[in-house]
Amino acid sequence: MATENKTAELTEIEQFRKDHGLSIKEERPLTTLNLGPTHPATHGIFQNILQMDGEVIVDAVPTIGYIHRAFEKIAERRPFYQITPLTDRMNYCSSPINNMGYHMTVEKLLGITVPKRAQYIRVIMMELARISDHLICNSILGVDSGAFTGFLYVMQEREHIYDIYEEVCGARLTTNMGRIGGMERDLSPKALHLIDEFLKRFPKVWAEFEKMLTRNRIFIDRTVGVGAISAERALSYGFTGPNLRATGVDYDVRVMNPYSSYDDFEFEIPVGSKGDTYDRYLVRNEEVWQSLKIIEQAYKNLPEGSYHADAPHYYLPPKQKVYTSMEALIYHFKIVMGEIEAPVGEVYHSVEGGNGELGFYLISDGGRTPYRLHFRRPCFIYYQSYTELIKGGQLADAILTLSSLNVIAGELDA
Amino acid sequence: MELTNENVLGKIISEFGEENIQDPYNPDGIMTITTNRETIHDLIKYLRDDKELQISFLTTMCGIHYPGQGDKEMCVMYQLHSLRHNYRIRLKVYRPASDPVLPTMTDLYATANWMEREAFDFYGFIFTGHPNLTRILNIEEMEYHPMLKQYPLEDQTREDKINTFFGR
Amino acid sequence: MFLKPVQTILSEQQNNLDMSDTNNKDITMAEAPEGYSGAGFFATSLEKVIGLARKHSLWPLPFATSCCGIEYMATMGANYDISRFGSERPSFSPRQADILLVMGTIAKKMGPVVKQVYEQMAEPRWVVAVGACASSGGIFDTYSVLQGIDRIVPVDVYVPGCPPRPEQILDGLMRVQELAESESLRRRDSPEYQALLASYNIK
Repeated sequence: MATENKTAELTEIEQFRKDHGLSIKEERPLTTLNLGPTHPATHGIFQNILQMDGEVIVDAVPTIGYIHRAFEKIAERRPFYQITPLTDRMNYCSSPINNMGYHMTVEKLLGITVPKRAQYIRVIMMELARISDHLICNSILGVDSGAFTGFLYVMQEREHIYDIYEEVCGARLTTNMGRIGGMERDLSPKALHLIDEFLKRFPKVWAEFEKMLTRNRIFIDRTVGVGAISAERALSYGFTGPNLRATGVDYDVRVMNPYSSYDDFEFEIPVGSKGDTYDRYLVRNEEVWQSLKIIEQAYKNLPEGSYHADAPHYYLPPKQKVYTSMEALIYHFKIVMGEIEAPVGEVYHSVEGGNGELGFYLISDGGRTPYRLHFRRPCFIYYQSYTELIKGGQLADAILTLSSLNVIAGELDA
Repeated sequence: MELTNENVLGKIISEFGEENIQDPYNPDGIMTITTNRETIHDLIKYLRDDKELQISFLTTMCGIHYPGQGDKEMCVMYQLHSLRHNYRIRLKVYRPASDPVLPTMTDLYATANWMEREAFDFYGFIFTGHPNLTRILNIEEMEYHPMLKQYPLEDQTREDKINTFFGR
Repeated sequence: MFLKPVQTILSEQQNNLDMSDTNNKDITMAEAPEGYSGAGFFATSLEKVIGLARKHSLWPLPFATSCCGIEYMATMGANYDISRFGSERPSFSPRQADILLVMGTIAKKMGPVVKQVYEQMAEPRWVVAVGACASSGGIFDTYSVLQGIDRIVPVDVYVPGCPPRPEQILDGLMRVQELAESESLRRRDSPEYQALLASYNIK
């Protein structure tokens, strides 16, 4: 009983010292450290005000919203057609996934079925986007633990992915790829050639990158056990994607609720066991291999047929028809001017984004713009666990934890 | 047990009563039910803890504004997911604009913390019992809740845009 | 004139052949400024020498907030290689930086931070607004976004694009190089410059 009373008297900081094997009566004052919003070691703009006891983080207060751009408000004022550019700028490391996730949501609302070929092209593009997302995350993890070389290797490969994007839609980073109802154009012979080349070359580079880091003693020492989270806490925090799978939960939207013909492909879902930085790294690495497998299957079995749905009300007619046929001209005008009305409805659609379940909750009141469009942004949802992950660790580990979570500022703040 | 909309609804109604669970409908395969402020916390707790349902993942939560709807002006939508059964359900609570107060879910789900702060920031919902209900995305000094329909989207301090060119 | 003397054409072809044979032409040396030279000496104005030195050693401060920052990463990478222009070292500390490269949307919450970083930089300093958002707010004409960083700090070069390609970012850097080369040493003390800073309320 007496001991219980004694522990109750301890302040929070004293309790923390006791838990971490530090002397309770230490007189040393805590240091306040402002990490961010423009700290060179944080990629993107996050601010954390840390209370430090020497090297050990006692407390952290995160501030976000430094790049809040009001996507949800803009979406209420734009025609359905013009929201695609906004989705690009959310998770800009894997824009095609966002674009196509949004398109699928609207297609669900409108009741459009997309032909098989368009679905396969979408799968190829989405998996390329996932590769480029994971490339950045894992190579930056290397940079933060002191290995710059890997970053330079994979940046070169990312340029090749961008070449494919460029051939398919004309843009590199913010792609606006596809349309409501399918793709904007078919894969050109050059695009097919580039994909083929990529499939041949990339495995070698990725194997080399893995060789550099996976069994690297310094890297293992820096990452094993750092920023670990249990599966229960991760679920309570709403983790999805690679960060959840690193804790051992095999939840993947591509398997649980297959969209865009994902059930046609053979692939595995890698899971970790401890949920620490090293596991997250391994899960992402393996996912890149699985994505390659999916691309290969989709590329080999690419079906013939149309690359867009037959939905003249919503899909822009080809330019030649606009000049020659009356109906096409009217549809073209109506779509471009945003005068297309969507049916009343309420849909939720989610895709497996680069960071987890990327959901779109769309309410339409029958007007020309969404009544409400809410984005379930995985980064926003799990970044709040960051404080818990870094408490009791060292400052240098906090930086690694942040890069391994792959928080993208644009998606965090929307 | 295979979860279907019918048997989940039956279980919920038998637990909470007909008067607390209103107009269930099914817009996109996800059952949507409307409940009230007194029931919502217990309902989410029940869905989470029930051994059969195991609807224990808060996918997302957001506010919606329906101006001029009287008692149903402000709405909060919770979307839950049972990872075990792959079953989703959507819950809605409507409040009048004069009293947008709801209980917090932070004691059930850690993730509700920032979601509720976002709903407060955008719509001005007050979640009683929330540990730190402050603005999250916008600046602290902001005086209004920008996602409410009556507020304009555009930056009002801008002078270099001429309305005729922008159709407003 | 549409006619060209045969000799000219031949010598042009010869030049082309020379270029393909030896790769020496790929390396361009910085041109010496105007001046007087004789045996063992070269005299020119201090201003030009300093301009030359500054031009080829501009250290950028990458203030990357969003999408354009990812394109800057590509610019830093091996394919585009910003180091070729003397910007080998991205200086994350404002004190040692010469150019503030603002890349990405600047929200109103972020505005004071940009201004503080600018104030911490030592003269001479240049600012490049990379991308539509930093230049004018871009597609985000919303309540939370600052409509162009030139509302809080003076900007020297605007790079358009959403996001600009790496080549465009490099072009923006080369424009700053031109400014740095030709800038008078006294410009930063001039009353016009002081008035400019005062109009932004920067000491």
